Amino acid sequence: MSDEMKERIKAIAASVAFLGLFLLAWNVFVTAQNGPAADMDPELAALLGPQAKGQSALPTPGEVGAEIWSHVTNPFYDAGPNDKGIGIQLAYSIARVLTGFGLAALIAIPLGFLIGMSRLAERALNPYIQLLKPVSPLAWMPLALYTIKDSEISSIFVIFICSIWPMLLNTIFGVASVRRDYLNVARTLEVTPLRTAFRVILPAAAPTILTGMRISIGIAWLVIVAAEMLVGGTGIGYFVWNEWNNLSITGVISAIFFIGLVGMVLDLILGQAARLVAYAE
Amino acid sequence: MDARKKILKIEGLERRFPAPDGKGETQVFGDLWFDVKEGEFVCLIGHSGCGKTTLLNIMAGLDKASGGHVLADGFNVEKPALDRAVIFQGHALMPWMTALGNIDFAVASRWPGWSRDERRAQCQKFIDLVHLTGSEDKKPAQLSGGMKQRVGIARALAIEPKILLMDEPFSALDALTRGSLQDELLGIVAARNQTSFMITHDIDEAILLADRIVLMTNGPEARVCEIVENTLPKGRNRSDMHTHPNYYPMRNHLIEFLVNRSKSFKQELAARSYDPKSPPTVRPGAPSDRPNKVAS
Ligand SMILES: Nc1ncnc2c1ncn2[C@@H]1O[C@H](COP(=O)(O)OP(=O)(O)O)[C@@H](O)[C@H]1O
Ligand SMILES: [Mg+2]
Repeated sequence: MSDEMKERIKAIAASVAFLGLFLLAWNVFVTAQNGPAADMDPELAALLGPQAKGQSALPTPGEVGAEIWSHVTNPFYDAGPNDKGIGIQLAYSIARVLTGFGLAALIAIPLGFLIGMSRLAERALNPYIQLLKPVSPLAWMPLALYTIKDSEISSIFVIFICSIWPMLLNTIFGVASVRRDYLNVARTLEVTPLRTAFRVILPAAAPTILTGMRISIGIAWLVIVAAEMLVGGTGIGYFVWNEWNNLSITGVISAIFFIGLVGMVLDLILGQAARLVAYAE
Repeated sequence: MDARKKILKIEGLERRFPAPDGKGETQVFGDLWFDVKEGEFVCLIGHSGCGKTTLLNIMAGLDKASGGHVLADGFNVEKPALDRAVIFQGHALMPWMTALGNIDFAVASRWPGWSRDERRAQCQKFIDLVHLTGSEDKKPAQLSGGMKQRVGIARALAIEPKILLMDEPFSALDALTRGSLQDELLGIVAARNQTSFMITHDIDEAILLADRIVLMTNGPEARVCEIVENTLPKGRNRSDMHTHPNYYPMRNHLIEFLVNRSKSFKQELAARSYDPKSPPTVRPGAPSDRPNKVAS
């Protein structure tokens, strides 16, 4: 067995051990809180729910595991507006993120290209980009709801506005820092501007652009949960909010698990795309 | 007198840059006059910083002169053109393209109407010429420094330029690799009767390759000090060049220039007449090979 393989197996073993320890600690913590039931006014007990019976507010890992499993085995059921399978809710969120992100890419990349090729445009527009970039995307929500008057489009708009900045800035930077040598080669070969853009500048800047896209999709996935909590109706953010209103901490924790999982997959996809356009100098 | 056509003429060329302190301008070089004849190999030597790269960029059309002009085949050089190929100081290969891809990019630019097969045949011809057969599909990162510069040479030659411009193409290579690339370039250029202009600061490289050597003094305000005709006969090669009686006179003359005269050219000028439009031509040779100096 090679050293590389040994290292990997060690890392996997450590991961599994870490997970085991974490689940054990969680379980011990929750069961320790489940003391004997205290004497209590039945009305108050009904209000407090499980805590009144001396039970912990937190579910055990087993309960969460069962919940996750039930979602995995039946992800797409639809029993009315407040009771849809997690697969459906995730699909709504992913669709919004991809739409907002896709529109942002469609605008940010060509626009960044044009700005990056002109020092004047870069300098003229940089102050506005720097001003708008740090604004929390949710701050746009009231404005979007007021002007668009459609919660669905508003949440897509919020995704759009939060994804656009990293892609725009990285495209500008990537295009502006293409090595002079490459451009000079194209010039001595009398290559047309359009061909230079596609054969020289785009491949040279692609790794930087992809990094921007990767940052954008990460932010978009963070923001969609908050946006859907605000707007409601459908989506994984609304699902979390609904579970909380139902006091189902088990539901909230299993949703956190799925949110993390989807975010990881989105990042992996863009990571793979980045590998396709990477080059060694 | 050489009756060949002057394919490249540098006439009163000057380049100024804004001074570092922001006030006024400094002249990097000025009043440069020399030419390159058809089929000739001209080297230019000068110290680092005297403006060699700037000069070559102007000759290529990548930079603009502040005064004077460059004539290529009788036409004023205003922008780059495919009949003047450039081999850059760094190899300047596109790292995302293979060796073949880099050459094909040039060939497709030169002959946009060619079919894939025609382009492929042209690329292969030049890949074989620089002995890169078998490395067509490697990316620059997988090639050694010498191989990268070979791709650069193939890319420049594959467009069949009238003039080959080279900016210290071998300066980043180790001595052994540099030697074998010099030999190859010499063979290729001679076989194709390729008009070439090369910047270098390697004296032996200049003696091996050049028919004439332009000496450029130190900047700022660099000038052409003189033009040295290579007194070693054509058909030179690295292995026995140094046994020729004219080798040491040539070499000593060039060393003397680089070590002393390039710095003190202004004092030297004060002591004698100098016409920038026709800098003196010098033929360093063994005592039997006199006369030493002839008017140009
Ligand atoms: N774009 C520029 N702006 C200002 N000064 C420059 C610029 N390019 C070159 N120079 C100056 O011109 C001089 C010659 O540079 P260069 O042509 O690169 O010299 P060489 O190739 O002989 O080493 C240097 O002193 C350099 O600082
Ligand atoms: Mg230089």
